[in-house]
Amino acid sequence: MTDRRLLLAIDLDGDGAHPAAWRHSGHPPAHTLTAAALRRVVTEAEAAGFALATFADTPLPAGPAPDDAGRLEAGTRAAFAALLTSGIGLAPTLHATTTEPFHLATQLASLDHASKGRAAWVVGAAAGDDALATIGAQALTEEDARREAADVVEVARLLWDSWEDDAVIKDAATGRYLDSDRVHHVNYTGTSFTVSGPLITPRPPQGQVVVLAPAGLELDASADVVLVSETDAGALARPAQQARDAGAALAFAEIEVALDAAEPAARRLAALDAATPWPDSGRLRYAGPAAGLVELLRSLPPAVDGVRLHPAVLAADLPVLAGEVLPALAAAGLHAPPVPGATLRTTLGLPRPANRFAAVASATA
Amino acid sequence: MTSPSPTGAPYDPHAQVHLGVFYPGVGPQLVWTDPDAASHTAIETFVHVAQLLERGLFDAFFLGEGLRVRENRGRVHDLDVAGRPDAITQLSALAAVTERIGLVATQNTTYNFPADLARRLASLDLLSGGRAGWNIVTTDNAWTGANFRHGGWLPHERRYERATQFVDAAKELWASWAPDAIAESGEESSWARPGAIREVERDTDLVRLRARATVPASPQGRPVLFQAGDSDGGRELAARHADVVFSANTDYDKAVAYAADLRARLARYGRSPASLRILPGASVILGDTPEEARERAEWVHAEQLSPPRAIAFLEQYWDTDLSDYDPHGPLPDIEPSQAELDPSRGTLPIERRTGKLATIARWREQAAAENLSILQLVRRVTPRERAFVGTASQVADEWVRYVRTRAVDGFNISPHLLPSSLEDIVNKLVPELQERGAYRTEYTGTTLREHLDLPAPSGGSGVAGHFAG
Repeated sequence: MTDRRLLLAIDLDGDGAHPAAWRHSGHPPAHTLTAAALRRVVTEAEAAGFALATFADTPLPAGPAPDDAGRLEAGTRAAFAALLTSGIGLAPTLHATTTEPFHLATQLASLDHASKGRAAWVVGAAAGDDALATIGAQALTEEDARREAADVVEVARLLWDSWEDDAVIKDAATGRYLDSDRVHHVNYTGTSFTVSGPLITPRPPQGQVVVLAPAGLELDASADVVLVSETDAGALARPAQQARDAGAALAFAEIEVALDAAEPAARRLAALDAATPWPDSGRLRYAGPAAGLVELLRSLPPAVDGVRLHPAVLAADLPVLAGEVLPALAAAGLHAPPVPGATLRTTLGLPRPANRFAAVASATA
Repeated sequence: MTSPSPTGAPYDPHAQVHLGVFYPGVGPQLVWTDPDAASHTAIETFVHVAQLLERGLFDAFFLGEGLRVRENRGRVHDLDVAGRPDAITQLSALAAVTERIGLVATQNTTYNFPADLARRLASLDLLSGGRAGWNIVTTDNAWTGANFRHGGWLPHERRYERATQFVDAAKELWASWAPDAIAESGEESSWARPGAIREVERDTDLVRLRARATVPASPQGRPVLFQAGDSDGGRELAARHADVVFSANTDYDKAVAYAADLRARLARYGRSPASLRILPGASVILGDTPEEARERAEWVHAEQLSPPRAIAFLEQYWDTDLSDYDPHGPLPDIEPSQAELDPSRGTLPIERRTGKLATIARWREQAAAENLSILQLVRRVTPRERAFVGTASQVADEWVRYVRTRAVDGFNISPHLLPSSLEDIVNKLVPELQERGAYRTEYTGTTLREHLDLPAPSGGSGVAGHFAG
């Protein structure tokens, strides 16, 4: 990417990225688990003009740590948002290691159909003992978790292509609803599982759901977007370039933000940190006035193609992003909101991939 | 009115008809050749249908599931509607654009992880304000299992044992948050009160997990459980766990016998008859006159059993390509293979596992004796789906008899044509039922459990007060 534009994603999990966000959100803690809260935050993010909303998740529950909050499963949150929005992309975190790959691929394809081509997937690879115990399995090494994630991405991509775009023919003359030559078994063998296919769901409108992977998973060659974490803005360019060199179409920087709102960011952060210090997640972090964030974001392209913002407290920071930061970026020509009805691939400037099975069929014809 | 009904339960002049729509998503009953048929995969169709049914004050909209695309002799079966969404994903999307109707997902206990599925269902339940249901199904065949991590691991005779343990674990997860588990304000020391969320652990050869639920109970306590199995194991699972049975016993006499059997089983688990709703599957074909309804039923049956489907049906028995045979001509003169049928591919009922050659011999005799073509024979030997055919007034009278004699509590309607067959039901049949005092005129509750007039779940933590309204 050489043009100076910056794609904007935002994570909408819970009350925000700061562990004490639930104490400073202006509502009873349980409210965050309601349809009303989700509806509100998703429609605010779309109105603000973000290209993509992500929904962080883990299979682990509330407690016992003081800030461990309850969580709705991310796939259902993203699906709930599908018919409430028309332009913003929707990306649940789904963990490759604690789910069935076939269900995961079906769920994402279905999200893409329900949202008319706005589905994405943040690849998760929970590896700890507690996470794996939810499926009756043992903890994975980091290497095994990465390998498992790579296998699940690969089989999901095969399954999304297992129906060709024009497989449903509805030919009343012959009585054939579909052309069985255009619906394919995938016969995938991974390290820990096999999948025959085809998917039970027709090909997603985008052809392939957009795959976002944290850089640490080393999925640069199979992801569409690699999420790069560096605590120093100057250090983002190198890993971003590496990811693109390895095959990723786009690299996004992960940025945690706390902005001046009714109170200055420093005072807000001090209050939050007094309850629970914000641990260093390895991501870039910005605290201060909106104008400073605009400056920072303007300085990032072309080193990175986009950012995923993690607001400290959604209730406080999202209104400032919507009211000040995104308008300033738009005025600078760095950002434009998605066109309603556009697919996420269109919004991100990614091509709609050819179907690998169709390519094989025409090559052997 | 104290005269006993044939079911042994007292005649109930105030009994209400509860209605759901079961949308299977695949299969020959869905007519796709009609120009009025909507897309079977577009989200608009589902939104339209769910909102239509909500206007018709239905209890529930229900999605089927199958975890492998159906095949005929190693090839994807190409004559029927196919290609359906993940049910929980689709229903979560619909939850945002509906307000009252129940949203029921068919989900398999063999090829899911219990904590993962329980969590997704609980999330749908909360996001819909207590409108989620789970239609519990089992699979055992390795052909379906080939799409999963643990393919074909479960012996046929143990599938209900796994299902029972799976549902037990799910219920415990759904009841594992104390009603006051969540802090009232940000001033408290922790988001979840210490000790208020129980860990659930299982370690048997069929279900192994250690998990804590990530969400509290919904306004209806937990998702409503539907069960359709008709075997002895299926009925036991229903009597032990289900809130609603979705049976195949639709004929009146069968429905009566089924209700009596199930109520006896319920008593053995210490459950009252009112804790289980019986909603058999039903197809409905309406006309403005009885003749028009009958003609429409003939047309639907002919579309469902088209000439290509008749050939495909015989191909499964002959186990060979019969595409050169004329469906309007005599039965194939070549001999079928010796191999028995394999019902695992999703296009044949399981009881046809054995006796193939005898069946074919019988068909040949029948076709010769009555001079039947392939198509005529197949239409003759394929059991018709039980359909209520008539004017709205006739069907309403019949249904009122079913519910007042306590043979059923209502029906799960399988549409043959989307959306027009459902529009007829909402616009014509529902008003007839309302006139007879056998159908609600407005929703009186907000949850699926309330629509079904079911008691609060036992053993649960009750409704989390935070989520009311």
